Amino acid sequence: MFDQLSQRFQDVFQSLRGEIRLSEATVERVLRDIRTALLEADVNLNVVSAFITRVRDKATDQAVLKSLSPTQQVVKIVRDELIALFGEATGGLTPTTDRPRVILMLGLQGSGKTTTTGKLAQWLRRQGRHPLVVSTDVRRPAAIQQLSVVAAKAGVRVHDPVGESNPVTRAAGALAAARSLGNDVVIVDTAGRLHIDDELMAELVAIRHAVGPHDLLYVADAMTGQDAVRSAGEFHRQLGVTGVVLSKADGDARGGAALSVVSVVGVPIAFVGSGERLDDLEPFHADRFVSRMLGMGDVLSLIERAEAVVEPADAERLEEKIRRGGLTLEDFRDQLRMLKRMGPLESILGMLPGMGGMKQLAEQKPDERQLRRIEAMIGSMTPDERRHADIIDGSRRKRIARGSGTAVEDVNRLLKQFGEMQRMMKMVGQMTGQTMAAAPKKKKKSPFSLMR
Amino acid sequence: MSVFDRLKAGLSRTARQIADQFDALVRGSEDRSGDEASVRTDTLDGLEDLLLMADVGVSASRNIVAAVGARARGTASLRTLVREELLRVLAAADRPPVEPASGPRVVLVVGVNGTGKTTTVGKLANQWKQAGYTPLICAADTFRAAAVDQLQVWADRAGVDLVRAREGADPAAVVFDAITAAKARGRDLVLIDTAGRLHTRTNLMQELEKIRRVIAREVPGAPHETLLVLDATVGQNALTQAREFMAVAGVTGIVLTKLDGTARGGIVVAIAHDLQLPIRFVGVGESLEDLLPFDANRYVDALFREPW
Ligand SMILES: Nc1nc2c(ncn2[C@@H]2O[C@H](COP(=O)(O)OP(=O)(O)OP(=O)(O)O)[C@@H](O)[C@H]2O)c(=O)[nH]1
Ligand SMILES: Nc1nc2c(ncn2[C@@H]2O[C@H](COP(=O)(O)OP(=O)(O)OP(=O)(O)O)[C@@H](O)[C@H]2O)c(=O)[nH]1
Ligand SMILES: [Mg+2]
Ligand SMILES: [Mg+2]
Repeated sequence: MFDQLSQRFQDVFQSLRGEIRLSEATVERVLRDIRTALLEADVNLNVVSAFITRVRDKATDQAVLKSLSPTQQVVKIVRDELIALFGEATGGLTPTTDRPRVILMLGLQGSGKTTTTGKLAQWLRRQGRHPLVVSTDVRRPAAIQQLSVVAAKAGVRVHDPVGESNPVTRAAGALAAARSLGNDVVIVDTAGRLHIDDELMAELVAIRHAVGPHDLLYVADAMTGQDAVRSAGEFHRQLGVTGVVLSKADGDARGGAALSVVSVVGVPIAFVGSGERLDDLEPFHADRFVSRMLGMGDVLSLIERAEAVVEPADAERLEEKIRRGGLTLEDFRDQLRMLKRMGPLESILGMLPGMGGMKQLAEQKPDERQLRRIEAMIGSMTPDERRHADIIDGSRRKRIARGSGTAVEDVNRLLKQFGEMQRMMKMVGQMTGQTMAAAPKKKKKSPFSLMR
Repeated sequence: MSVFDRLKAGLSRTARQIADQFDALVRGSEDRSGDEASVRTDTLDGLEDLLLMADVGVSASRNIVAAVGARARGTASLRTLVREELLRVLAAADRPPVEPASGPRVVLVVGVNGTGKTTTVGKLANQWKQAGYTPLICAADTFRAAAVDQLQVWADRAGVDLVRAREGADPAAVVFDAITAAKARGRDLVLIDTAGRLHTRTNLMQELEKIRRVIAREVPGAPHETLLVLDATVGQNALTQAREFMAVAGVTGIVLTKLDGTARGGIVVAIAHDLQLPIRFVGVGESLEDLLPFDANRYVDALFREPW
């Protein structure tokens, strides 16, 4: 979801690359762009102002301006400050040995509580837990039924005493049932409500009192704007939220509301929801998240998913290429093939370094068809063209288009995206090189380990 | 509570914070009436921040501030100028709905997940039934758990019948069934609820395209209105949503829901500004009556707490 923001950051940093020495004026220009990018990403105005002030203080330090690699340093400052906004927390649930653990879901109407209840139940079940879920939403039409359907899909038990329409009694009943049935987790779904609805907020307080939850998860829609801070803040004030679940992160919203909630309300992000299916939930990692925002690729997440399908030798080779920035269209095609084996293209592309632009291309047709076209185009190139994309001139483009049954514009677009990716790879490579030089040279443990 | 009281209650909560800040801003400029030029910059910057806080967005806010700044002369009240500018943007986007030539009027309701589509369909059915139409509701969300049952409850509340299919059925087929049923039963209005979908999901957007094709084939000139439902808490992404749903689903108007919260829904100003998309209705609660026709004057008045 951070492609557009990462695109903005890439543009901003791109504009810095030519500068050998930074002036304060340049820094101001960059800060202005960053301010706009953050506001367009829905980061809260107050957070943006404070952020800009902090980055300015650090970036205009004479030591930075006069250093040999001021650009990288500014990038690093922005990155560090972004991570600082997210705090140290690594996500997941609060540690407890209590059984049953009680999780209370909270949030505004339609934010994704019921769906997340199902996702969490499945996530816990896969970790060998035995969750019991209960709906206390006696208001929204068919809400109880919705949770039953979701729970059935997740393969977990539902507590649903027929005819019981008191939310507090329903929640307390579920806890008692879990104790007698031996369930080690109880997830309590609640009706959506406005933070200014005193009566319904009081109902939540009563539910909390009845079940004594370990985790109070506030489900926030990744698409929300400036008001996110206020609503989350009010839930936190009245109930003591322990974590935020950022839902609907699979879209292209830039998710600045998440940043703001964490930094203003002071509650960490616990999970990220990225789809309507029950699998689409994962614990939050601040550093990975920020890397993705900055367009450097979420290499760690990628490794986790890639491990199953990528040969170690392939991965080593790729890492080497990335570091040298010497990526060819052949590698690019290999990568696409590899991606095909890994699963949904949309979710993977965004994680690869420099793939932000590629993802946009893919998004117009994120299906197999687009992939096949790309493969066809690369297939119609001569080996020389694949290795040296810059020799592909107008007449070669026409030939490639004809040979692959595509239009010249398609070839143009592919080459443009590829060029952008190559540049990005080089930039990442340089940064990696820098880290390498700074760190004591150790034997490589796993592919990409240098980028951690 | 009358509907106007509801709207006022809903909007004025929203408006109060803006109005408070706005008053502070104006007071601030009066207090420092010494240095004219610097006062104006301060005030315009403050005004921009205020619009940003209301989710109006960077570029629309800059445009509005620039327009106001160009006209701010002498004693003219900044508040009046802003009000006029906002009204101008909203008015420029307004256009009347298409009237059906023959066959039932078809209204398609679309949007991303959880914005309030199903609830709005229920409220609309009620409102239009009260106004003398004979609506039929079509449950084309065959994907989300219990979506059809949810809509059934709303249909019962509104006293309107519903055409439904099994979970997992082809939504376009249900739409076809509903239109056929409406014709057979002599209905003059078909309201179609669709599954929530992110505009980035190509296959789901193609599904909408298909629904549209079926509608257009069955009723020439339809759908007569395609409403994009936006949640008032939404941020800048709504602009992209509007753009994409306009391109794929031919959106003709907006319903802004959940205005009974503290979010201001200011992005509709940016949408009106950039895409000339009118706002048709506002949702101000979870009951059957909590839907009101959008009224730009009332919206802006309430936003700045002008007398009613
Ligand atoms: N794309 C996407 N959709 C999601 C995600 N999480 C939830 N949804 C969808 O968002 C909509 C609302 O989800 P619900 O779980 O019903 O939300 P809720 O908070 O329980 O809603 P109320 O009970 O009415 O307050 C549904 O269409 C879900 O399928 C997500 O991570 N990605
Ligand atoms: N406060 C308030 N809540 C609303 C309003 N409109 C809808 N809601 C609530 O928002 C939640 C989601 O509404 P739905 O109608 O299910 O939304 P939807 O767009 O159909 O959701 P999906 O089909 O899952 O995409 C429910 O809890 C509704 O009661 C409104 O105007 N004000
Ligand atoms: Mg729910
Ligand atoms: Mg719905």
